Amino acid sequence: MKLRFATVALLAGTVALAACKKEPPESLPPEPAPTTSAPTPTGPTGPVLGTQEHFENAVNGQNVIYFDLDRYNVDSADMAALQTQAQYLAQYPNITITVEGHADERGTREYNLALGERRANSAKNYLVSLGVAANRIRTVSYGKERPAALGSNEAAWAQNRRAVSVVVN
Amino acid sequence: MKPILALLTLALFAAPASAQDAQPTASAQDLGAPVPTVGEVETIEQQDGGLTFTVTDESEWQDLGIAIPGFATDRDTPTPANSSGTAALGKELARVVFNDLKNNGLFKPVGPDALPQPTFPQITAPNWPTWSSRGAEMLVHGYVRARADNKLTVGCYLYDMALKSELVREGWVVEPADWRRAAHKCSDLVYSRLSGEDPFFDSRIAYIAETGPKGNRVKRLAIMDSDGANHRFITTGRSTALTPRFSPDYSKLLYLSYVDGNPRIYVYDIGSGRQSLVAETGNPTIAPRWSPDGRYILYSMAVAGNTDIYRVPAGGGQSVRLTDAPGIDIGGSYSPDGSQIVFESDRSGGQQIYVMNADGSNQRRISFFGGRAATPEWSPRGDQIAFTRIAGDFNIAVMSPNGRNMRTLTDGWQDEAPTWSPNGRIIQFFRTERGSGKASLWQVDLTGRNLRRLPTPVDASDPAWGPILP
Repeated sequence: MKLRFATVALLAGTVALAACKKEPPESLPPEPAPTTSAPTPTGPTGPVLGTQEHFENAVNGQNVIYFDLDRYNVDSADMAALQTQAQYLAQYPNITITVEGHADERGTREYNLALGERRANSAKNYLVSLGVAANRIRTVSYGKERPAALGSNEAAWAQNRRAVSVVVN
Repeated sequence: MKPILALLTLALFAAPASAQDAQPTASAQDLGAPVPTVGEVETIEQQDGGLTFTVTDESEWQDLGIAIPGFATDRDTPTPANSSGTAALGKELARVVFNDLKNNGLFKPVGPDALPQPTFPQITAPNWPTWSSRGAEMLVHGYVRARADNKLTVGCYLYDMALKSELVREGWVVEPADWRRAAHKCSDLVYSRLSGEDPFFDSRIAYIAETGPKGNRVKRLAIMDSDGANHRFITTGRSTALTPRFSPDYSKLLYLSYVDGNPRIYVYDIGSGRQSLVAETGNPTIAPRWSPDGRYILYSMAVAGNTDIYRVPAGGGQSVRLTDAPGIDIGGSYSPDGSQIVFESDRSGGQQIYVMNADGSNQRRISFFGGRAATPEWSPRGDQIAFTRIAGDFNIAVMSPNGRNMRTLTDGWQDEAPTWSPNGRIIQFFRTERGSGKASLWQVDLTGRNLRRLPTPVDASDPAWGPILP
């Protein structure tokens, strides 16, 4: 069960990146998501509440934040993304998420597991500081085990140093 | 504990009825029962003669020519160890010894397929002219006998051709399934007697077998003998397995698994196939290590993003936190006497190597050279610490326990996670290919020479070499 979930989460993370045309670390913070109409009435073909697709649409692809080499601090671009996520979570109080922490391949395996955990916790802590209940956010580290970009170059590594928020369900 | 039943039964050992009746074999060691194979088990064929590796320090003994003809048998007897009987098994035993020495670049061995077969009585009374005419400087003789209880008795003799005298002999009683162990014991006997080093052949390696695309690698726990034989997958690959470590008595494996969706350390009992969490905690646990006596387990646990090193009794019980610096304290490798632990910490800003007393006191940094330093492993001999040096590329390096005399031994793009041979002469590690991310096991000797890739059935990482088998 959990395992299946992990696979789905991974795919979702890949989709999110694929949708992101720009170099992820340089992407600008998006406009805050419109909070006009309450529970977005999903059209006949629109994504369903409670799915990863619904979440990513609502946060405009900002469910992934990126880190500098060996760093785990949340910078201003990350803050804007996390604020968008926090607004979504405030709007849908029944949604819980997992933050997956990742590292690039240019680190030793065990250290990267610890680093991924530290990154996931940075994202979680910032969401909690914005008012999201801590028990709605689980963290998991995949270290360097689940790269999103498969190259061995700085551009790929920048995409892999990330924390991905994934809707649980 | 693995039983070492030193059977001093000379009766058993009135083995080769020697003409001169030189005491055939003084004692036979019962190597005990083979590790039972339970649960997820698969065997696969090795493509070739097994792992190749090399030890070299340019000692003169490296150049010794050694003749290793087939082991003799008193009576060709059916045995579960070989469908053709003990005579064919005798040849196989000699082949294993030959490949052990050859693949490691040890000596200049000549194997049974290029030599005449001695008779059973000749094992204790070599026909010297046969071997001296072939230029052999050393001669290995052996025999194998099937016992009434189905076990095998294997004897191993080393002769100095110049002196025409015996240098050493030993015998072992093994279950048929463990026949290769007797050959490795013979290799160890020869190697130790001629080099003065401790043995290392009769040992096993745990590692992670890798398949699948880079973005979604399947990682399975696997084990094999030091020569690559008796390969077994332990886990199915449905969940990611990482960083195994054999217990000192080989009865258990520590490793990390995502089986419940989170990184957690489990202890896997090889006999029963059962596994359990090392520490009941809601937090991620990583980087498992045994104490040299197998009584304690070190693990690293992340709490709210901060990772520290803990120690827990192997049989279960209260965990003791050994580090409390903010940041990532991780790994840990005991000195052979168990009094100190070398570990990795980024408390100074980047990964560096620290030493502390086994109770966590007196933590001090020992690595002070360019770049970063990670994954320290204390040599079983105590005189060196191997680690991953990060200075642009990742390479395997060694240093003295005081942090001095750093030497880099490899020059790959990403060489990571050293593990020591039981005698502290060889280091294995894994090398990751740039781009493809494919990983493979390699080894290098302490001098930095004789870098060799170890053939494995599929890609491989995270090697962990166990101690000499009891």
